Amino acid sequence: MRKAAVPLFALAGFIFLTAPFIIVRAPYESTMGLVQKIFYFHMPPAMLMLLSAIFCGVVSAIFIIRRRPFYDWMAYAAAELTVLYGAMAMVTGPLWARKAWGVWWVWDPRLTMSFLLWMIFVSYLLLRRYGGSGSEMLAAGLAVFGMATSPFVYLSVNIWRTIHPLTTVVPTLPVDFAFPLWYAFVGFLLMYIALMMLRISIERQRTMLDQLYLESEE
Amino acid sequence: MKKILLLVLLLTNAAVLAQPGQSEFQPVTEIPASEQLPSAPLVIAAYAFVWLAFMVYVWMMWRKLGKVEQELNHLSTQVLKRRV
Repeated sequence: MRKAAVPLFALAGFIFLTAPFIIVRAPYESTMGLVQKIFYFHMPPAMLMLLSAIFCGVVSAIFIIRRRPFYDWMAYAAAELTVLYGAMAMVTGPLWARKAWGVWWVWDPRLTMSFLLWMIFVSYLLLRRYGGSGSEMLAAGLAVFGMATSPFVYLSVNIWRTIHPLTTVVPTLPVDFAFPLWYAFVGFLLMYIALMMLRISIERQRTMLDQLYLESEE
Repeated sequence: MKKILLLVLLLTNAAVLAQPGQSEFQPVTEIPASEQLPSAPLVIAAYAFVWLAFMVYVWMMWRKLGKVEQELNHLSTQVLKRRV
């Protein structure tokens, strides 16, 4: 799995190297100008944070039912990547907002709910890190709760009055804006898959290590 | 020396108080260039953060994997020796 991740890392690296050149060629947005170019590195991690939270919840639910460690490894990896991508979205967002809205942060429904979702997965990681044995089941329950929050984060801009752009913006993007966006998205997605593979292989090795420790004690 | 300092202080205060207060606000159509927040540093900071976050995370993972593999090799040889 580790070897299979190498070409994905290489491809993702190539996309991240070339993406800025494609993004520079994209047209400026009429009201925001240059600062709108943060969008291409803000929306993909934000979207992948939501998808990763859902994925983590699904594999956690399977783990609760089947109790196979592989699902737990996947859930742990997905939770960690949810936090990583969430951090990216939550740092690039305020940098964009500072210019576009005049403030770094507002407690608007989308931002607040995204922050709460991110905190749920930070709690997941803290629980795994310091919860001791048996914490994986508790953490799996927390991940299912986090998954249930994700659709509300996505739909919050349509349900409540907010200054964040609506969900209709991305599907209606002109090609000149859409191409760099989806190009960057593929890069973030490939990186996600590669990191997931790497993280799972670490968990597999750790499980083997625990088994060997048990054997050596016997 | 103290007297001079006191005199300077009083004169400074007097100069500040002598300035007329702002009696009205004057509208302008565009904010002066010196007052505008430049976009480029924000865009660069956003892209740099993403790059840095990836690099740090990948580095942490490779390090963790290396450590676990090293420990695994060490322990598996020990277990094999005991069995033999």
